[in-house]
Amino acid sequence: MSDTAKEFDRRPWVLLAPSLLAITVLVVIPMSFILVYSFYENIDLAVDRVAFQLGNWQELLTDGYYHIAIWKTLRLSVIVTVLSAVLGYIPAYFIAMTKFRHKWLLLLLLILPFWVSFIIRTLSWIHILGNKGALNGLFMWLGLTEQPIPMMFNEFAVILGFVHVFLPYMILNVYVSLEGIDANLEPAARTLGATPWQAFREVTLPLSTPGLAAGGLLVFVLTGGSYVTPLILGGPNDFMFGNLIYDAVVSELNWPMGATLSFTLLVLLGLVVVLYSRFMGMNQLSKAFS
Amino acid sequence: MARVELKNIQKSFGLVKAVKDANVTFEENSFTTLLGPSGCGKTTILRMVAGLEAPTSGDIMVGGKRVNEVPIHKRNLGLVFQNYALFPHRTIGENIAFGLKYRGVSKSDTGAKVKEALDIVRLPGVEDRYPSQLSGGQQQRIALARAIVIEPDVLLLDEPLSALDANLREDMRVELKAIQHRIGVTSIFVTHDQSEALAMSDKIIVMSAGRVEQIGAPEEVYNNPASEFVANFLGASNILDVSVSGSDSTSIALDAPYFGTIAVPRDRAVNLGAAKSGKLVIRAEKLRLTNEAVDDKAISAKGVVEAVDYQGQVARYFVRIGDRQFQAMNMIEGRPFDMGAEVTVKINPEDCAVLPADR
Ligand SMILES: Nc1ncnc2c1ncn2[C@@H]1O[C@H](COP(=O)(O)OP(=O)(O)OP(=O)(O)O)[C@@H](O)[C@H]1O
Ligand SMILES: [Mg+2]
Repeated sequence: MSDTAKEFDRRPWVLLAPSLLAITVLVVIPMSFILVYSFYENIDLAVDRVAFQLGNWQELLTDGYYHIAIWKTLRLSVIVTVLSAVLGYIPAYFIAMTKFRHKWLLLLLLILPFWVSFIIRTLSWIHILGNKGALNGLFMWLGLTEQPIPMMFNEFAVILGFVHVFLPYMILNVYVSLEGIDANLEPAARTLGATPWQAFREVTLPLSTPGLAAGGLLVFVLTGGSYVTPLILGGPNDFMFGNLIYDAVVSELNWPMGATLSFTLLVLLGLVVVLYSRFMGMNQLSKAFS
Repeated sequence: MARVELKNIQKSFGLVKAVKDANVTFEENSFTTLLGPSGCGKTTILRMVAGLEAPTSGDIMVGGKRVNEVPIHKRNLGLVFQNYALFPHRTIGENIAFGLKYRGVSKSDTGAKVKEALDIVRLPGVEDRYPSQLSGGQQQRIALARAIVIEPDVLLLDEPLSALDANLREDMRVELKAIQHRIGVTSIFVTHDQSEALAMSDKIIVMSAGRVEQIGAPEEVYNNPASEFVANFLGASNILDVSVSGSDSTSIALDAPYFGTIAVPRDRAVNLGAAKSGKLVIRAEKLRLTNEAVDDKAISAKGVVEAVDYQGQVARYFVRIGDRQFQAMNMIEGRPFDMGAEVTVKINPEDCAVLPADR
């Protein structure tokens, strides 16, 4: 037995130290506070009693309202992710394949929306879909309808708002992985006898899945954690889990319940990330992000 | 196996004329090389034959049929890309089997054919590996195996050896030629390496700036360059302006600076035609340096060695004669000449080629 082989190598830990420190201070400690807070008892508006009791957790597990919210959140996140993947792949493919010399311009167009606040972008739909909005104005002017068609404050508007806001994340991720594919692979498949569609399906699509996976995960998690979009564009029934947290913390000033819900959402989304990376293979994801 | 013909092929990319009026025939089962400097349009021609690029005008014939409108996947050509273009997400076996799938080959036959192709490229047993697990030279052979396993009518090779190191490149070029010979497929090989072209080809097509400069067998192109460009591209040449001073049935007498009158055999001056003045091309390796006395009949001039580029078996000398510098590539016998040595430079008229002056 040699001693040198067993000698403790400190270098990896030294290199990891800054990130570990940041994660501890910014994530682990605050989350621990939230966990502790979830056992406190709320007595009145903004009045809490330090305690260790499971009342909040019991409420979460027994009240069907919360379960509906979890289900709605999951459903919406899946719908938005799938729609973003389908709608985002096409522009990403176009930008990656175009021979247009000023590609950076197209990429700039993608990033441009980030310069406008997310809330303003979401609010802008009111002017498009609202009863006095552009679409209804057009329909009425064309005589297609007498009364404005209600398009706002429903699930459709919420999905539209989500896709609108999160699509660039999907496009950028898919674009990066498409851009990394050797441009000769599709022609190679073609000369071997594949039709354009077969060459795409057999070569380009599988090689771009890391980007799709990364974009999908990002959109899913971002959607799952949202509350502003349903608040602005949704109706009374279009609430997500994030809205319950918002209500608990901001409207009811019930911080212990808010902490319970926050921690639950964190665990649920964390679970999605873990399952997803197990399923997709973490190396696939890291490939897409690198 | 099929013969490929390009008829009046032109190709423009916007304002860039990549190929200008090419008329070329690639004979059945022969190995033809497209040789030329970077950007002269070699890849463009290959891509047009493969269907990856449409010619601006002209016809492409494969096996006597016009294929301009035939889509890529129906042309049955094997294309080996410069960077191999193996599918990274597929195993070697799947890479090679890729083309067989679209040809309705059964599962069991596919396995046998893949094995056979791997035997041909001398890499048996790597079916289950991924391209990234093979070396550059091995990947190159897999790319070749993938192209030949579909039994293509034409094999197109775009600088397949250029990414390899010098030793491997020389081994591979012998091997590639042997494989081509064995399966006997019409092959079009692209390179900008003149020694590769000379060593491998049945026929060389020399190109420059989108134009075909010369078509011929390796010896022909090497010994009888049709233009100054060809003379310089296939190894270093010395070029002298000469005028015709007389002729008889076997030779043409030329007045050359420094060397006096040179009687060049007629077959070395076929490109001159009836012109009165021309250019004398003498390859660097045909210019002999000596410090011994030469007899009066020898064609020679006195010069001074200005620089020596020692290369082991041979040395490249830069020799000043009058106000011109000549290049000579000589085998080293004994000691190489030193810088500043006074030497006699000899020319053998049979080793010269004569071009018309305007080329
Ligand atoms: N897709 C394209 N768009 C615009 N110009 C192109 C395109 N492909 C080739 N060209 C131009 O056509 C000319 C010939 O290119 P080609 O690739 O055929 O050269 P090559 O002989 O293969 O050179 P190399 O030895 O460097 O590979 C070049 O001037 C090149 O810039
Ligand atoms: Mg090329």
